[in-house]
Amino acid sequence: MTEVVKTPKIPPEKQILMTINGDEAVAYAAKQSLVDVVAAYPITPQTIIVEKFSEFVANGEVHTEFVPVESEHSAMSACVGAAAAGARAFTATAANGLALMWEILYIAASLRLPIVLAVANRALSAPINIHNDHGDAYGMRDSGWIQIFVENVQEAYDTTIQAFKIAEDERVLLPVAVNLDGFFLSHTLENIRMLPDEEVHKFLGGYRKTYPKVKVDYFDEEVPLILNPARPLSFGPLDLYDYYYEHKMHQIEAMKRVPEVVREVNEKWYELTGRKYGDGILVPYGVEDADVVVTVLGSTGGTVRHIVKKLRSRGYKVGTIRIRLFRPFPHKELAELLKGVKVVGVMDRGISFGSYGPSFLDISTALYDLKERPLLVNYVYGLGGRDAQPEMIEKMFMELLEIAKTGEVKEKLRFLGVRE
Amino acid sequence: MPKQTLPQVPIKKGEPAYKLWIFEPGWKGELPLILNPRQLAEQKRPALLPGHRLCAGCAAPIIVKLASFAFRGPTIVVNATGCLEVATTIFPYTSWAVPWIHNAFENAASTGSGVEAAIKALKKTGRLPYEHVDVVIFGGDGGTFDIGFQALSGAAERGHDFLYILYDNEAYMNTGIQRSGGTPPFAWTTTSPVGKVIPGKQQAKKPIADIMVAHRIPYVATATPAHWLDLMKKVRKGIEVEGPAFIHALSPCDRGWRHGTELAIEIARRAVDTCYFPLWEWTPETGYMLTDRSLAIARNPSLKQPIEKFVEVQGRFKHLLKPENRELLKKFQEYVDLVWEDLLKRAANAPK
Repeated sequence: MTEVVKTPKIPPEKQILMTINGDEAVAYAAKQSLVDVVAAYPITPQTIIVEKFSEFVANGEVHTEFVPVESEHSAMSACVGAAAAGARAFTATAANGLALMWEILYIAASLRLPIVLAVANRALSAPINIHNDHGDAYGMRDSGWIQIFVENVQEAYDTTIQAFKIAEDERVLLPVAVNLDGFFLSHTLENIRMLPDEEVHKFLGGYRKTYPKVKVDYFDEEVPLILNPARPLSFGPLDLYDYYYEHKMHQIEAMKRVPEVVREVNEKWYELTGRKYGDGILVPYGVEDADVVVTVLGSTGGTVRHIVKKLRSRGYKVGTIRIRLFRPFPHKELAELLKGVKVVGVMDRGISFGSYGPSFLDISTALYDLKERPLLVNYVYGLGGRDAQPEMIEKMFMELLEIAKTGEVKEKLRFLGVRE
Repeated sequence: MPKQTLPQVPIKKGEPAYKLWIFEPGWKGELPLILNPRQLAEQKRPALLPGHRLCAGCAAPIIVKLASFAFRGPTIVVNATGCLEVATTIFPYTSWAVPWIHNAFENAASTGSGVEAAIKALKKTGRLPYEHVDVVIFGGDGGTFDIGFQALSGAAERGHDFLYILYDNEAYMNTGIQRSGGTPPFAWTTTSPVGKVIPGKQQAKKPIADIMVAHRIPYVATATPAHWLDLMKKVRKGIEVEGPAFIHALSPCDRGWRHGTELAIEIARRAVDTCYFPLWEWTPETGYMLTDRSLAIARNPSLKQPIEKFVEVQGRFKHLLKPENRELLKKFQEYVDLVWEDLLKRAANAPK
């Protein structure tokens, strides 16, 4: 949900109203973010991003070097090379393309390169399917990337710009994946408000030019952490049992600092544009007095909120939390919000086969330390792009309200909208 | 520690023999290509410093050092996973005097594409404090013939301005001598063992340099560390051309080829003398041109040595010298002759 402040620095009438789809919104955001290198490969439903950006390049509207690579593996590899050489790098992909990048996702995060990746979430093969679910994003869960899920096209635009700010923050220096639901957002037209170019430039501080400084023992002074002929460093050396673990600790520590930066960036964006998304991490609605709360990621958040409004108008004490920041996962913040709730329904548009939905596993962990734990039910839904119908969500709420009454969970893992 | 600077040319007396290559922002000019051995020894310092852990007798660091003598200025080195990468950078140490990046095994060419794209973007926006920064990529045969081939082919097609130097030790040596697309026929490796039924690798060596010629990039060449002037000249050309350049350098490996640690250069020389590994360069304008010893052999075929000369000093081929395998040796000779004759037909400067 988008909250609006009364007096943003750039009032709505000074913002540019555009009717565009999610992919185009991401492409415009990357353009305004003064990206130096875009290395990308076409894959539905992400392709429009690449096409749109190619137009910007062909028309001389950007300084960006566009590298039309021969695979997604090379897309991420080229982004690693570009970011290490001091460029602001961006790419986009989906599903199988993201899976092909997998090896290099870990390297990008471990080398602490502030790359931004837009994922137009799509179901993984087999069978091959081009439509939306979150299986691809869940697959990169443990790669060390920051993962943000957006609900609508406006948020896709806003978040892509914010992603560069978060990634390049010296407290963070980690790559960011901006997840927008394939087709539901990537191909759906929406009226959005964009900032004038120069406001985005100001927000990001211009080109990527400030690099973190590091101390190495063969230079007296601290040196910038890039491939620099003036102060040569070696990136990606062999690193065995005597140092590897400590380097992983650096990543763990960096992840801990992410939430505060996401909150700050969310606030700054709010002051500038009048738009914010909860506290940047979680977007709660109607949770305060709720007996039943449903958590959700991505575009389904809007549908769930619609049902919450409807049920509340009928007197049901229900609420919802949209999880915007999935990695690092906001365990504490969720536990705080869900304290005192009787039943939590966790919606996952993906599953860890042989286990539960990935967000369910995290939420279980988050709630374990509460003195009075809510009952938990995991709803897997919408695989391969199956629609999340309002009726289906309403039925789920009624089920959860029944559980709140009886205190009995018959099935912990439920499948919504699947044929028997 | 005192502040390091780029070695002066000529190096002043009393300067340390090895130091980092520092190009202060705004550095202009070109490092000279010095081909006089005495001047070279006095005035040039390699970009690969001592203390690395490559095996005694390995040819790879020789190739890298020779190549670095031909660098023309600020240079970023990209390295595929392999012997060279693991043995030159164990954290917290590095042997590299220039900025260096290793990403993964199969993506040296795409990582180099990204570095090159970044350099262009920085230059366009006035953020590059140099006239040019060259990108030189080192990959082994596994990372080039096999797992990295797609990335290399793609980068070549896109026309990025880099020099890719393949140091070809003809098997996956870093993981313990497994066959690759670069392993020659009949060679023993741990995954093409000489068994009772199958005598070593049964397939030919992929003609990687010819495949790169087929990409119609501005410059392709072969080289060995034994023909070091030839190698340095080719590296400089590869750096100077606009667009992708590819050099296939043969890199004898005493562990994998099963030879004495003092023989790397000798074996590289014999590889050329027997025409197993002919020296040539190719440009779109000139076509194939034989160079150095291979040109001499083309002009005077009596210089060509039988393949035994190459085979007899390597344990990986020792089964070929057994009397019962005379037929295999003959086949190997026929294979070498076929490749050489084919090259003679194509080489513009071979006597017709």
